[in-house]
Amino acid sequence: MTILVIAEHNNNTLAPASLNCMSAALQLAQQADCAIDILVAGNDCDEVLQSCSKINGVSRVLSANSDSLKHHLAENMADQVVTLASGYSHVLAPATTFGKNFMPRAAALLDVAQISEISAVVSSDTFIRPIYAGNALVKLQSSDSVKMITVRTTAFESAETGQGSATIEEIEAVADCGLSEFVQQLISESERPELTSAKIIISGGRGLKNGQNFDLLYAVADKLSAAVGASRAAVDAGYVPNDYQVGQTGKVVAPDLYIAVGISGAIQHLAGMKDSKVIVAINTDSEAPIFQVADYGLVADLFDILPELSEALG
Amino acid sequence: MKVLVGVKRVLDPQVKARVKADGSGMDLTNAKMSMNPFDENAVEEALRLKEAGVVDEIVTVSVGPVKAQDSLRQSLAMGADRSIHILTENELEPLAIAKILKTQVEKEAPGLVLVGKQAIDDDSNQTGQMLSALLDWSQSTFTSKLELTKESATTTREIDGGLETITIKMPAVITVDLRLNEPRYATLPNVMKARQKPMEKIKLEDLSLDVSARLTILETRESETRSAGVIVNNVAELVDKLKNEAGVI
Ligand SMILES: Cc1cc2nc3c(=O)[nH]c(=O)nc-3n(C[C@H](O)[C@H](O)[C@H](O)COP(=O)(O)OP(=O)(O)OC[C@H]3O[C@@H](n4cnc5c(N)ncnc54)[C@H](O)[C@@H]3O)c2cc1C
Repeated sequence: MTILVIAEHNNNTLAPASLNCMSAALQLAQQADCAIDILVAGNDCDEVLQSCSKINGVSRVLSANSDSLKHHLAENMADQVVTLASGYSHVLAPATTFGKNFMPRAAALLDVAQISEISAVVSSDTFIRPIYAGNALVKLQSSDSVKMITVRTTAFESAETGQGSATIEEIEAVADCGLSEFVQQLISESERPELTSAKIIISGGRGLKNGQNFDLLYAVADKLSAAVGASRAAVDAGYVPNDYQVGQTGKVVAPDLYIAVGISGAIQHLAGMKDSKVIVAINTDSEAPIFQVADYGLVADLFDILPELSEALG
Repeated sequence: MKVLVGVKRVLDPQVKARVKADGSGMDLTNAKMSMNPFDENAVEEALRLKEAGVVDEIVTVSVGPVKAQDSLRQSLAMGADRSIHILTENELEPLAIAKILKTQVEKEAPGLVLVGKQAIDDDSNQTGQMLSALLDWSQSTFTSKLELTKESATTTREIDGGLETITIKMPAVITVDLRLNEPRYATLPNVMKARQKPMEKIKLEDLSLDVSARLTILETRESETRSAGVIVNNVAELVDKLKNEAGVI
């Protein structure tokens, strides 16, 4: 039995989500007493390969190096995973838009179920995952020979790196199947920490009223070295880009501190942040559901509070 | 071009989900049910493609109990041309649903399949990708913008880092995100008209497919709920608590 982890990266750097996924793999490896390989599928990923080889607990880093894999198009990625899967007991990828795109495709080609977004490993064939926007948890057991799994990154610590000395092995990359073609990516650039790995997040909702007013949030964020998130309503209204969205259909986050500003606390928003360690809510409506999950609530106008907060944080 | 749209009937998004006291599953008795919101976006997109003259027929398909027909009727009231209901009382896994949908794709020969990116009950986010794999078609997931010609589609996908544009060959399976469009409401006259539209009913057994479960659910439980904390009076108090009580700043 060996576990295969699919590394998420952009051909230059390894995504932090890969390390969370690796933690889940390490837990499984302990249960099943087996080795872990990592697949780096991409184009000219030398640094990523080096990073992967240093992760503690990795035996082999498999490098599938080809233009066909450069943009992680689902069809080619799935084909690549399928060529390897029969040699593995488990295949793991992070439950990010990267993993969600090709893992189910690979699972279907292998005629196995996918276990989506596990939040805990119970044993080598039994897992826990959230359903219904995280309101319920199911414990399920898989009877498939290869277990195709995506991992909820916030549920697993980041795996340690530095002591690993895995070998790097070239493997044959699949040919481009020609079904789809990459055109472009518009990646939001920001000096602030990345949402899913930030220790502190401050999020704004419809209460902010427009995109300009997010400057008030950014001011506080910069004092706290925090990432900035948003509700779906704020994204839909165009205040901030889509990659800010926290929730059932956006990103799931679990920072040490989550400050919700002008956010009502709909089920779908809570789904993305209720595992945060400490939650603060700032809202004029004392009845807003966000207060039911907040450790500290401030019933006040955000337009008064944000400048004060920024000031108080020096 | 003909479009096939997959729809699922789920617990209404405004309703809080409850677990049965004995942990054997979700308690849906008398709960308000609705069409999965993402599937509404899929139906809406099909309607817009038809209005733009790119699509000439919209067929909606649902797999589920008799009540699944409610969601199909809703799709017909929104403007779909006809529906196919695959009847089963069992909860099926996404792989099984994909296999079932494949039989209907083979029968109907659409040029495009649209489905929601995920169903808000099991949050699996698998069916579209699996169907695309089984058909050996191209796919676009998390789609928030779609431009279609006969041979190809150019889509914008909402990814974690921002937006990605890809061009995919037709036929394709496209899974849609909420920002793709704003679904229309069915007007009363259209609800009446929808009653006359054709709905084909097929028993799952008649498709002779292996839809056996690969996953056994051992237990369902409510996730830990948080309890409300304290209301602070001002910013100074908040900062003090965060520093000295919670120790997070
Ligand atoms: C299928 C589906 C998926 C969804 N996915 C997500 C998701 O991933 N993430 C998500 O966030 N939502 C999601 N939603 C939407 C969700 O249901 C809510 O509509 C949304 O979260 C509301 O955003 P909001 O809290 O910013 O807006 P509102 O609900 O309008 O709340 C605004 C809040 O701001 C407060 N406010 C207004 N002015 C001020 C002021 N001056 N000072 C302080 N407070 C003020 C108000 O009291 C109110 O509580 C989804 C919905 C569906 C149906």
